[in-house]
Amino acid sequence: MEMTITEKILASHAGAEQVKPGELVNCKVDIALANDITAPISVKEFNRVGAKKVFDKERVVLVMDHFAPAKDIASANQIKVVRDFAKDQGIINFWADGRMGVEHAILPEQGLVGPGDLVIGADSHTCTYGALGAFAAGVGSNDLAAAMITGEAWYKVPETILFELKGKPGKWISGKDIILNIIGKIGVDGALYKSMEYKGDAIEHLSMDDRFTIANMAVEAGAKNGIFHPDGKTREYVEGRFKREAKYYESDVDAKYCERIEVNVGELEPQVAFPHLPSNVKGISEVGDIMVDQVVVGSCTNGRYSDLETVANLIKGKKMASNIRLIVIPATPAIQREAMSNGLIDIFMDAGAVVSTPTCGPCLGGYMGILADGEKALTTTNRNFVGRMGSRKSEIYLASPAVAAATAITGKISSPEEVA
Amino acid sequence: MAFKGKAHTFGDDIDTDAIIPARYLVSTDPKELAKHLMEDADPEFPQKVRAGDIIVARKNFGCGSSREHAPIAIKGAGVSCVIAKSYARIFYRNSFNMGLPIFESDEAAEKIEQGDKLEVDMDSGLIKNLTKGEEYQASAIPPFMQDLIKTGGLMAAVKKKIGA
Repeated sequence: MEMTITEKILASHAGAEQVKPGELVNCKVDIALANDITAPISVKEFNRVGAKKVFDKERVVLVMDHFAPAKDIASANQIKVVRDFAKDQGIINFWADGRMGVEHAILPEQGLVGPGDLVIGADSHTCTYGALGAFAAGVGSNDLAAAMITGEAWYKVPETILFELKGKPGKWISGKDIILNIIGKIGVDGALYKSMEYKGDAIEHLSMDDRFTIANMAVEAGAKNGIFHPDGKTREYVEGRFKREAKYYESDVDAKYCERIEVNVGELEPQVAFPHLPSNVKGISEVGDIMVDQVVVGSCTNGRYSDLETVANLIKGKKMASNIRLIVIPATPAIQREAMSNGLIDIFMDAGAVVSTPTCGPCLGGYMGILADGEKALTTTNRNFVGRMGSRKSEIYLASPAVAAATAITGKISSPEEVA
Repeated sequence: MAFKGKAHTFGDDIDTDAIIPARYLVSTDPKELAKHLMEDADPEFPQKVRAGDIIVARKNFGCGSSREHAPIAIKGAGVSCVIAKSYARIFYRNSFNMGLPIFESDEAAEKIEQGDKLEVDMDSGLIKNLTKGEEYQASAIPPFMQDLIKTGGLMAAVKKKIGA
């Protein structure tokens, strides 16, 4: 049938035998997601058109994570709008307060999304679930409102770029280094409107957390979605976790790609994205001496357990440099609890770090670590646009958790080799 | 229908954090959001922009977050339309859903300068630069998107569908 995994998932949800790039399809959605910033507009639209009920109260997921726990009165009012809506509609998947985690970490963790799903989310990083072999794409609040009401969404079938990941990643090479390297190569619109599909012998060496990170940043290259083929690790991850029946799709051997790009991950060194674009990427050996003020470990990109573990292993028994503020934000309560049980939180606090409850917080300049004029941050988050984390006169460098840990110890952007 | 206004030019990859910084996403009110439109790209912009003015940018306008607050803020400031070489996909989709007219033209994006007086024909996509005496043709709006605009946007279509 010559279809890619993305085309197969779109076809199955459109009730079609086959779909081709460029075709417009109306698809049934498995999950419709919104957060405390995007949901209030969706709720407003839902009421404005006189809708009475969401299409399925188990398949609408609302996560209060961006400015929550409420950072001020205005954000408290926004959360209240969504809280009341969830209550009125009997929405089971309202994730807030002590249950709340960063949306793209908590949905896979709690088994709300899985292989073969079609997920629509009013958040650009919805593409994260492609790591599970799902089609997931971000939209705005109107599209999400329409999906909440009808259970359907329209898509233009994207062309697909195939990324062949080859080799065995070195000790300090994570999913973050791979995706930063790719964005550095193709640019912030290098995959505009397209699907980024990953194949190759390097993938067996990548953990699910690495794959979530890679799929998460597809939007930073302008892509509609990023997607992996499910394998043994995927099955192991979803078994006993995913609440519905998983559907494992694979691209046909004769599937059509608009471009093929080979990435030898065995040759990569840790990557750093310089201000003010995620594509402004250099290898760690070319960085030079850059002192920073703040290091952040967290977000939907790199706030998972293995990210925290990498940082803890590197900073254990060491003190942070005197010029550094280190802020660690576990992405979900389960991650936070595991980090606590295994002594990671003690390691962070002994080193002098701030440990926060789960939130998107500083990643988008919300709260919990805003930058002052002239300050520099090295962060494991996903965007380094002007003013993203605070003052428009601040600077953001993006890197992996290992580089973040090394930087916290030395006070300047450093390779983990220097401190291991 | 034609839009007449003064051009405000911007570069490549203007992201939604630059269009409306996240620190202002505690409101969904168009007028409130408009007070901070393009603030991180040009702090003076909210004071400079007038009703009917046109934003002209280079490639990949609206990249980054899915926030609909970006087209809401642009509309709230009275900006009549946006012209760029290309748009990030979520911004493109949001703009049509919300009824913000957007046009794609490499030539217009390259030749239009700050302060040029423009006239843009909504139906034909013809852009007239009244200051320079030039004309540029924007790419045709895909038929599906045209239908969406004619229905009055995505939610109007949904309203019709559910018969509310």
